[in-house]
Amino acid sequence: MLTVSTGNNAVAAAVRQANPAVVAAYPITPQTEIVEQIANYVTNGSLKSKYIPVESEHSAMAACIGASITGVRTFTATSSHGLLYMHEMVNWAAGARLPIVMANVNRALGPGWNVWAEHTDALQARDTGWLQVYVSTVQEAYDATLMAFRIAEDRRVYLPVMINLDGFALSHISQQLEESPAGDFIPPLVLDHAIQTDAPAGYGCMTSSADYFRIRYDIERSMRDSVQVIKETEEAFAQTFGRKYSWTEEYRCEDADVLILAMGTLGKEAEVAVDILRNEGVKAGSMRVRWIRPFPELNLGNRELVVIDRNYSFGFGGILATSIRAKTGKECYNVIAGLGGQEVTYHDIAGFVRDRRIGEEFWFGVDA
Amino acid sequence: MYEIRLHSRGGQGGVTAAKLIALASFRDGKYATAAPFYGAERRGAPIISFIRIDDKPIKVYSQIHNPDLIVVLDPSILDLVNVFEGLKPDGKVLINAPDIPKKAEGYQVQHVDLTGIALKTNLVVAGSPILNTPVIGALAKMGLFSRESAAAAIKEMFSDERNLKAALMAYEELV
Amino acid sequence: MSGTSASEYIWKCTSACAGCSSSLILRHVLKAAGPDTVLVVPACCTSVLQGVWPNTSFNIPVYNVAFAAAAAVASGMAAAFESMGKNTNVIAYAGDGGTVDIGIQALSGALERGTNFLYICYDNEAYGNTGMQRSGSTPLGARTTTTPGGKTHVKKDLDRIIAAHHLPYMATACSAYPQDLVKKVEKALSIKGPKFMHILAPCPPGWRYDASQTIEVGKMAVKTGIWAMYEREYDSLTLSGPTKAAMIKPAPLEDYLKMQGRFSSITEDTIRVIRGEIERNLRHLKAEAEGTC
Repeated sequence: MLTVSTGNNAVAAAVRQANPAVVAAYPITPQTEIVEQIANYVTNGSLKSKYIPVESEHSAMAACIGASITGVRTFTATSSHGLLYMHEMVNWAAGARLPIVMANVNRALGPGWNVWAEHTDALQARDTGWLQVYVSTVQEAYDATLMAFRIAEDRRVYLPVMINLDGFALSHISQQLEESPAGDFIPPLVLDHAIQTDAPAGYGCMTSSADYFRIRYDIERSMRDSVQVIKETEEAFAQTFGRKYSWTEEYRCEDADVLILAMGTLGKEAEVAVDILRNEGVKAGSMRVRWIRPFPELNLGNRELVVIDRNYSFGFGGILATSIRAKTGKECYNVIAGLGGQEVTYHDIAGFVRDRRIGEEFWFGVDA
Repeated sequence: MYEIRLHSRGGQGGVTAAKLIALASFRDGKYATAAPFYGAERRGAPIISFIRIDDKPIKVYSQIHNPDLIVVLDPSILDLVNVFEGLKPDGKVLINAPDIPKKAEGYQVQHVDLTGIALKTNLVVAGSPILNTPVIGALAKMGLFSRESAAAAIKEMFSDERNLKAALMAYEELV
Repeated sequence: MSGTSASEYIWKCTSACAGCSSSLILRHVLKAAGPDTVLVVPACCTSVLQGVWPNTSFNIPVYNVAFAAAAAVASGMAAAFESMGKNTNVIAYAGDGGTVDIGIQALSGALERGTNFLYICYDNEAYGNTGMQRSGSTPLGARTTTTPGGKTHVKKDLDRIIAAHHLPYMATACSAYPQDLVKKVEKALSIKGPKFMHILAPCPPGWRYDASQTIEVGKMAVKTGIWAMYEREYDSLTLSGPTKAAMIKPAPLEDYLKMQGRFSSITEDTIRVIRGEIERNLRHLKAEAEGTC
C-alpha cells in the first residue's frame, strides 16, 4: 500500500507488521511519535502487543530483556539521552544474547539541550554487541525495521539490532512509503535459550575469570556470523519486495576518483553534491555507509576519501573516519559537520570535496 | 524541483498542510517531501514547513532558502518574520487574507480568505478555524496539483466532509 | 498581591504557552525565595521556556540537568554550599514525569539523606514537554497521546510516598492559589533539611481547555477535592483553607471533568471510581488532621 509517511510512523508501521508480543515505551523527543503511533495501534486493536509505559529508558530496556528471555518478540525506541540512560541495559541485552529490536532516533547530547540530528548517541554504543544500521529515507526506515527482526532472531545471530534514523531530518519528514505486508518474511521467533520452567537453568550467574572470556568470544563469533545473515536477509528482501539494500549505498562510484562517505540523510544529500561535482568535471561518487556494526568491508579502491562525521570522539576524531583508518589504513579528509542538527547542504558537501586536504580534520563552521 | 515554504503558527495545522501537499503531489504521480522546521515550538509560535515536489526522488533534506512559492497561513506572521526572504525572482506568494496585505505588495501575490471559508463551513476545532485543508484547494487552483489529487488527499486524511467542502470553496474563491 | 515581593525573576520573554501554570508557579516561587537561590531543572517544560542560548529569561542561576538527576544534582550542590558556609537556596524544580517516574529514585535518596533543599514538583499530569504522553501522575481516565483510550491506571500517590520519608516540611499547593503557594514556599525555605512541595499546574494544550481558563480549572480541582491542599510538618497535618471548604461542600466532580478535553471520553464507571477515591482520600486526610488515625 503506497502512502505518505514520516520516518517515525514508518518505523511504527513496520513494528505493527512484525507484531512483537511486548513493546516497552518511554517518550523522548524526537522519537515520541513512534511510541504514540504504537499506542494508537494497540488501542484500535490493529496491534496485539502488550504495551508497557515504563517510567524510564533504563526500565524500557530492562522490560524488553525480561520479555525477550521468555522467547517472545520485543521492541522499544529511544534517542540520545534515553539511549545513554539505558546504556547499562543496552550492554546487558547483547550480553544476554537477546534479539531485541530498537529504533534510535539520532539526537545530540546535552548540555546544552539540543534535540536535532547527531550520531554520537548511537555510536557511543558501538562497543556493546548490538548490530547497528543507519537509514536515510522513510522507505528505508520501514524496510530496515522489518529486516532487523529477521536478522536479530536468526539462530546464528541472537543479538539485538538498532535501527538509526536522523532526528527531525528523517523522523519528522514525510516521504512516500510502500507499506509492504511482511507476510512470512519474518519467521516466528524460536529462542533456544528461553526460560523454561520444565528445564530450569540459571541465567547470567556469577562467572569466573576462567570462563567469562569465552562468553564474550561467543558474542564476537555471532557478530562475525551476522555478516552472512545480513547479506542473506537483504538478498531475500530484494527478492520478496524488490528493494535492494547492502552494506553501503553507492552512487556513481564505479569510475570515481574521490568518494564521499557519510551516514544517514547527509549520505543521501551527498548524491546531489556528486551530480554538481560531476558537472564540474570532478569524478565524485557517494558511498553512504549503512551498517556500522558489524563494520563492513568497504569497496574503497584507490580513491580519495572525504568522510563526513556527524559525530565526534573527543581526543580522537570522527568515528567513521577513524574506523576506516583503523580497518583499512587509509587516510581521509575528515569533515566534522551536522552536529546538533547544524545545517549542511549539498552545496556545502560539494565544497568539502573541492577543498579537500587528505589527512586533515575540518570542523565545518569553525575551521576556515 | 519545486520548493515551497509554508509559514503558520503552532496549532494552526501548518504541519498537516505540508503533509497534505506532499500527499496530493504524490497522488498526481510526483515525488514529494514535507519537512516541518521545529524551533522552540509551542502553540502560537511562528513555524515553518518545507515542501519539495519533483518528478524524481528527492534527496535534499536541508532547508529551503530560495522557494518558488511562499504560503502564509496566518497574515499576522508578516509582522514578525520576513516571510519573503529568499523568494525566487519569479516566485509566487499565497496568503490567507481577504485582501492583499500591505507588506505583501510588490510580490506576485494570490490570496483567499481561508479563515472566512473555514468559519463559513463550520470547519472549526476547539475554537480555531482549520486552514490546512482549505489551503489545498487554493494550491490546486494555482496548478500545484490536480483538483482530483487534492480531493483524494483530503479524503484520505480526513473523514469529515467539511474539509473537502472548504477546499473546493477555496479553489473557487482564490484571487 | 499583598505581602509578596515586587521583584520579578522571570522576565517577559519566556517561551511558555499562553495560560502556562508552571511559569505562573515559578514566578511566585522565586518571589518567595529571593535572589540568593539556584534552581536545578531537569528535562521538562521549564528547560524549554527559559529560552535558547545565549539568552535566558530567568534572573537567577539555573542549572539544567539530565532527566533523572534533579534531586541528586541538588543534593551535591546543597552539600557544596554547606561546605562553603553559604545559605543559598537550592530548589529543584521538576515536572511530574521527572519526579514521579524517572526521578523518583534520586528524590527518595535525597530526602532520606536529609538533604537541605526544597524539591518542587509542578504537576501537569503528563509528559508536557514532549507532547503530553502519560506519566505515573496522569489521572485515571485521562486521554494522553500514549493513553488514547483514557488511562487505565490510577494516579500515583506521590504525596504519601513523600510522607513516608517523614520530612520536616512538605506541602501541596495549586497555581490558582498563589498567595497560599508563596506562604508555603517561604515557610519551607525557613526550615533546614529536606522539603517537598507538590503543586498542581493545569496545562491548556495538554488538558485541552482554553488558555484563559487556567485559573478556573485550578480552582475547580481544589473545590471538587480531586486536588487536596495541605501541609505536613513531620507527621502533623494541617489542611489548607480551600480544602477544608471542599471537604464540607465539594463541588461536583463532573464540573471539573467537563472543563477539559482530556476527559471527554471518560465513562460513568470511571467517574464513580474517581469520586470514591476522592472521598477516601479526603476522609484519610481529615482523620490525619484531627489526629484520629
